[in-house]
Amino acid sequence: MLEEIEDIKAKYPDTRAALLPALYIAQKEFGWLSLDAMKAVADALNLPESDVRGAASFYSMFRLKPAGRNLIQLCTNVSCMILGAERFVDILKERYGLLPGGTTSDGRFSLVIMECIGACGTAPAMLVNTDLHENLAEHNIPEILGKYK
Amino acid sequence: MERFLLRNIENPNSADIEEYIKSGGYKNISKAFELQPSDIIEEVKKSGLRGRGGAGFPTFMKWNFASADKKFPKYLICNADEGEPGTFKDRPILEKNPHLLIEGMIISAYALKAEHGYIYLRGEYPYAYDVLNKAIGDAYERGFLGNNVLGKNIKFSLAVHLGAGAYICGEETALLDSLEGRRGQPRNKPPFPVNEGAWGMPTIVNNVETLANIPYIVGIGGDAYSKIGNPNSPGPKLYCVSGHVEKPGVYELPMGTSLKDIIYDHAGGIKDGKKLKAVFPGGISTPLLPADCIDCAMDFVSMPKYGSMLGAGSVIVMDETVCMVKVAHRAMKFFEHESCGKCTPCREGTEWMRKILERIEKGWGRSEDISLLADIANNISGKSFCALGDGATSMMNSILKHFRAEFEEHVKEKRCRFKQKQF
Repeated sequence: MLEEIEDIKAKYPDTRAALLPALYIAQKEFGWLSLDAMKAVADALNLPESDVRGAASFYSMFRLKPAGRNLIQLCTNVSCMILGAERFVDILKERYGLLPGGTTSDGRFSLVIMECIGACGTAPAMLVNTDLHENLAEHNIPEILGKYK
Repeated sequence: MERFLLRNIENPNSADIEEYIKSGGYKNISKAFELQPSDIIEEVKKSGLRGRGGAGFPTFMKWNFASADKKFPKYLICNADEGEPGTFKDRPILEKNPHLLIEGMIISAYALKAEHGYIYLRGEYPYAYDVLNKAIGDAYERGFLGNNVLGKNIKFSLAVHLGAGAYICGEETALLDSLEGRRGQPRNKPPFPVNEGAWGMPTIVNNVETLANIPYIVGIGGDAYSKIGNPNSPGPKLYCVSGHVEKPGVYELPMGTSLKDIIYDHAGGIKDGKKLKAVFPGGISTPLLPADCIDCAMDFVSMPKYGSMLGAGSVIVMDETVCMVKVAHRAMKFFEHESCGKCTPCREGTEWMRKILERIEKGWGRSEDISLLADIANNISGKSFCALGDGATSMMNSILKHFRAEFEEHVKEKRCRFKQKQF
């Protein structure tokens, strides 16, 4: 992890600029950004811990609590909503016991409601980890989620 | 119309550097390098190009301000943080035509004497991140990027910087704070980024589509370019259409194409033969237009005459089954979530409005709530630190203006009559 952060630093004229990339690296390594993970980033970049926590808490894609093995990012913004995206919030709740901001009891999935993922032309849409799933329909949800263990 | 920005995208290998070169790509760099940097800015001036991010600021003016500043190094930043709900117009360029953007950035950097560039990409586009990194790597290998571009002793380094899910970082000064490793909150202006931007140096922040137009302008010349579309706001434009249409998608059309033609001729009309109710012409931050007001030219100078704005050209089409209170509520939830917290009117006002809209939608609204919404909106409008607050109020005021009766009905009937029908 530290080596990767060193490589990133070289891309910028100032070390602080490596903060967002470094937080992504730490999040990938630990699954979420614990206080220890953020301290490791602060040390690697020689920044005050408060700055690291301040930045990490500002951005919605940084997770400040433990997450499941797979992250579902479901969009419910206007273009997705008018094509029925809210139904998928209900489906995830009813069939998987998954609430927005929550994690399934077996730790398999976490769910985050997104503010537009730029897939409006193929709405409703969601990201599972880094895979984009478009034109969602009720019947293809089990098939899609079945791929993620 | 022959497509330029979306050229070749049906080819499954369009993102490949070989395919791009085969289809005539990267040749405009050589043409640009034969010109003086100031000549290129002059061509951009003649072209009439306006920034495609939403504000429509003349590109050559931004470039001139940055060029006049004698501080070095200068930075060229591509704003690839398209987060406005309904916007997905830059995605085909980023994912399928990345070398067009890179070529545009190399020419722009040469014109601006910027030796370093960054593409600030939204975190929600992981696929585009991989495509861009591969494309940049290939461009370095072929000598289009690096310390000696095409052996002409020109330096340009380029890297992708991934955002992390903050809409506000599409605002150029918030973007710069985010690039520098801070919370992405807008900065005071002046100083403007063209004088004091990234790391205090002159910085040009241009949208993906803006930069992707540069090779075309150099290729055909500013004069020829200025004859495409509306002469006051020329060029090809990417319109992205979503919602209740038969054929949603991204359409490259001459700037100034009518909203009606975009919806009915290009996007195939309203889905399942239903009736049109309303349209956000440029994302949810632009004033909503009701069905009888869509005969308008979609460009930067015309749209204000019709009471709206072009924004990013993000057309969200809603049919007769949509409840406008619900749309206002969902849209306000977005503004509340994305308000960066820096200024009070936006931070507090968007939350209050969301709460009021929520209770109206649930049938718990009070008769005074409707005028209260208008009052809060008017106390944010023009008083927030950046345009996010204004976007929230444009949405609110325009929906109230055209669909006030629907709000009154919710309050009076204590329910939403669309609820059963909608899904």
